[in-house]
Formats: sequence, structure tokens, C-alpha cells
Amino acid sequence: MAVTSETSLDDVVVDLAVDLAGVRLPTPVMTASGCAAAGRELAPFLDVAAIGAVVTKSVMLDPRSGRATPRMVETPSGMLNSIGLQGPGIDSFLATDLPWLVSRGARAVVSIAGGSLGEYAELGRRVGASPGVAAVEVNISCPNVEDRGLVFACDPFQAGRAVSAVRRGVPRGVPVLAKLSPDVTDLVPVAEAVLEAGADGLTVINTTLGLAIDTDTLRPALGGTTGGLSGPAIRPLAVRCVWQVHQAMPDVPIIGVGGVRTGRDALEFLLAGASAVQVGTVVFHDPSAPHRVAEELRAELAARGFSSPADVVGLAHRPPAPGGAHG
Amino acid sequence: MNAGPLQVRGRVLSLERVGDYHHLTLVAPGVAERTRPGAFVALAVGGDQSAMLLRRAFSVYRAKASGVYGGTVELVLAVHGKGTAWLADRRINDEVDVVGPLGRPFALPKQQVPCVLVGGGYGSAPLFSLADRLRERGCSVHMVLGAAVERRLFGTLEARRAAQSVIVTTEDGSVGTPGRVTDVLPELLTRTGAAVVYACGPMGMLRAVAAVAEEHGVWSQCAVEESMACGVGVCMTCVLPVRGDDGTVRMVRSCVEGPVFRGDRVLWDDVGTVPAGTLGAPSTSGVH
Repeated sequence: MAVTSETSLDDVVVDLAVDLAGVRLPTPVMTASGCAAAGRELAPFLDVAAIGAVVTKSVMLDPRSGRATPRMVETPSGMLNSIGLQGPGIDSFLATDLPWLVSRGARAVVSIAGGSLGEYAELGRRVGASPGVAAVEVNISCPNVEDRGLVFACDPFQAGRAVSAVRRGVPRGVPVLAKLSPDVTDLVPVAEAVLEAGADGLTVINTTLGLAIDTDTLRPALGGTTGGLSGPAIRPLAVRCVWQVHQAMPDVPIIGVGGVRTGRDALEFLLAGASAVQVGTVVFHDPSAPHRVAEELRAELAARGFSSPADVVGLAHRPPAPGGAHG
Repeated sequence: MNAGPLQVRGRVLSLERVGDYHHLTLVAPGVAERTRPGAFVALAVGGDQSAMLLRRAFSVYRAKASGVYGGTVELVLAVHGKGTAWLADRRINDEVDVVGPLGRPFALPKQQVPCVLVGGGYGSAPLFSLADRLRERGCSVHMVLGAAVERRLFGTLEARRAAQSVIVTTEDGSVGTPGRVTDVLPELLTRTGAAVVYACGPMGMLRAVAAVAEEHGVWSQCAVEESMACGVGVCMTCVLPVRGDDGTVRMVRSCVEGPVFRGDRVLWDDVGTVPAGTLGAPSTSGVH
């Protein structure tokens, strides 16, 4: 992929399409779960069929009210949220939200969240039996009511069991992605466990736990006390996680997520080993971001002489070439 | 009229200090044409690489579909933090990313009925275009504008043009009737025979206005101010408990299902909580 001085970079035609665990996406840039609802609200700002995929807000078996407000605090280059997985429940989701996405020609990646293995299994069956699902993303950053409320994602064994419960109900052709939490000492054993359990790819990472204190009320600022930190503030953390997982298992499809704001940021994740990226919190700032980031990525790739996102996946892991330039 | 919000690069046409507030006029092509009274816009603050990611929401004071510079939207802001300080510090021609119009506007009465419009502080901003609409429909319009102190009132002179009658209240008595808007509201409702009360202002005021309206058997339309991250319905942060047509209480988004709600449908006492019986409320202990 060396670029000679005679090559005009403007001539490089970039095809942004990627293959993600067997699913073809027109671009490697998708929404992140919890930052796009079920896609419909973003339709005024972008074409949901033209972006990589719409990853829907994690849906649970039953309707959920979510937590009390305040649910959000702005932090430097990021935010804390404690929404509490407010949602309509799987019945309503499958009856209205999913059909809308499918009718619009979007690739629907359905995120599911359970409080027990039985719930994960039931959600896997329900979503797996629904037409038009491009992939299932398993949110395992939920407390396990059967394990003293410990979060599935923080224990390789329980994380694997949750993914396995989902995998059994989802048809073979529909990839199951496990979304990993960065709040562990070592991400690799969790990644190994969920892959062993049948995950086809990994979404790296979920939010990391944070807390903000309101210095006027002298109390925690969020109704839920702690919250998930997201946004560009966590991008280096996310890139590090993608790097470590890719290094340990270079053939596993990874979706990088955490603070992607620009095409340059997306490129950084690809170089670290991600095959695709998700844009989350930045959508709140710029609802057209999933489209914009893809176009910026196209320009970033073209400027470096690459014709496909696949050409750069994991490239940063290669030893530095003598002489310096990439290639 | 075209439906749906737009995202446009707005440009600052003017920015003026008004009492404790700032009156910002943005050229925002396409947004004004779609804006109805009660709708709001969400502005990105701090520029493209801003460390402040969340949009700031402002109800639209005035929207003018056409002008020398194209459609404009005007809003009134108070400096509360770094984001609003950034906005208040803009210069003519600076760019501001605008998303709007957003939210459900005020519902207008089908009949020609007397209406009372209540504004708390700069919450009065969206009431002037509403007053124009109501008068166009043959409704009589009466306004009550209240604030803690005089410099926190907004639009008292304009109110005299927009409404048949105006009452101003200040808690310190620096101007108008000493006290709160709800001190004068019951008598005004009786005197005018009002059929609808429209209100915009702090939550505490809305709650009190809704209660007075309820006592008088008058419809109320309250524009709430909940903190939002996105303004477009995807972040789920701006929720409050509202009873639906089916009697079920749900945590609803004030950005897409509001900001205007029927006052008798909001569980004002429970704002900031998830009241028992809300759809999907935790039944036992607080699992995630």
C-alpha cells in the first residue's frame, strides 16, 4: 500500500463498504446503542439506509421506566448518563420499531439487555425469530439478579453464559455481537469467553462508570448516583481496549466505539484493529454525525491512498517500517 | 408547511442585552418557516471541537420566514453556565449550528375563546408569537408576566401590544403587583372567563399555574423546561411523568412529546422521580 510520489491521491476511489461478521455494510460507521433510540428520530438528519447500521437502544423483555432525573451531566468532552434502560419492552419494539427500520432499508442491529440468563435467552429467541435483523448486539453491562447484582460483563464466566443464552435463539446467519465493558482489569479473558460462547464479533467498549457531584446541592449530580461516562473523553480508553483485544485475537471482528467524533477518530479505531465503528454521544451534538463521519473517513482514507476501510484494519500493530512512511 | 426539524449552519444577525437576558437573532434558513409557537431550537455550543457536547435548548421567541437575510429565529437566553456564556459572547456573523424546530407546539383552541398567557422570567419569550396566533383566530388574549425582580422580566412592553390586558408581578414588588403570577391568576381567570391558560416558565410556576387552572376548570398548556442532551428524542434524559389518554403514567420525553403538555396530565409533584405505578417502574428493589 505504499504511495509513490507519482500517484495522485485524488484519484483514489474509496469504497466504504465493509463486511462485518458476514454482514455487508455500506459504510463502517453505525450508530451506538442508546444514542439513536430506534433510528426514527434521526431520519430528519440522515438517511438511515445509507449509514452502516442502526444499533437500537438496548431493549429488555418488559417495558422499563428508567431512572429518576437528573439522568445526565455534561463533563469535559463527554457526559455521564444514568438512563436506566428506559424502553418499551420487546413486544412493542418488535411490533413498531423494528418494522420501521426494516421498511426504510436500514440494517437493524438490535441491542438486547437482560437481568437474568432466562431473559437473555428469551430475548435471543424473540429477536432471532424476527425478520430483517442484521445482527444482535448483546448488552452485558447489566446487573445479574441471579448473581448478587454483579454485572455480567465483569465476569468472563457469566458474560459467556449470557452470550450463549442469546446465541442459541438466534439463527446461524445472524451475527451475535457482544458489547464489552471497559470496567475490568483485563478485557481479553472476557472477550475469549464470549467468543467461546458463540459471539461472532465484539463491540468495544460500553461506557465506563463515573460520578459527578453537584457542588451547589452538595450531592451526586445524577439521580442514579453513578453513571456511564461517554464521549471523546473516553476515546483513548476505547482505542486502548480495541488495541488489546485485536492484539490477542487479530481475526475477530471488532466494532470500535467510544468518543468517535470525526473521520480521523474512526480511522484511529480501524488502525487499532476495529473493522467498523459506532458513533454515540457525538450524535447528541451532531445528529448527522454517522453520515458525516463516514464521509470524513472516506477523505482520510483517500488522502492516504487506501481504497477500502479493510486495508487499514489493525495496521497500527505492524512494526514501524524502516524509513518511516506507512506502507 | 414542511414538517420535521432541520439542521442548519445558523449565523448571528444580532445579539442584544435585555435586562438579565440576551436576545439572539439567528439567520437559520428553513427553520423559521416550520416554526410554530411553543417549538424550540437546540444549539450546539463552543464550536466544532467544543468540549461541551450537549446541545442547549431554547424556545423560539420569534420566527420570521423571510427577510433581507433569509429566515430568522430569535431566542432569549440567560447565562447559566459555560455553554450559554459562549452563546452570549457571539459576534455578528458568527456561525451557530441550529437544529429545529423541535417539539410539540402549543395547541390552539378551535373556538374564539378568551385565553390567559402566563410567563415566568424569560419563559414569556414564546408567548408573544402565540398571542399573535390566538388573536388572528379571534381569541382575546390576556397576559401575566412575573419574575423575582424587574430585571428578570422579559417583554413587558411588547405584552401591551400583544395582549388586551397585561398584569406584571414581581416578588420584590420592584414593579407591578407584588407577589407571584398565581396570586393574580384566579381573579383574572374569573374576570376574563378564560377557557385556556398557556404557561411557560420554571417548573414550580407551571405546577402552580396548572393547579389554579384545574381549580377553575380551565384547560392549561404548559411548556416545560427539562434539561436535555440532544433535543431530538434520542438521549432519553429529559423525561417527566405524564398520564396518557389511557390513564397510564409514563416517563415521556419533553423534547418530542413536549415541551408543551396539558397541565392536568403532568404529575407535577413527582417530577424528578419515577412514581409508583409508572409503566415499567421497578416493582421490587432497584435493579439497574
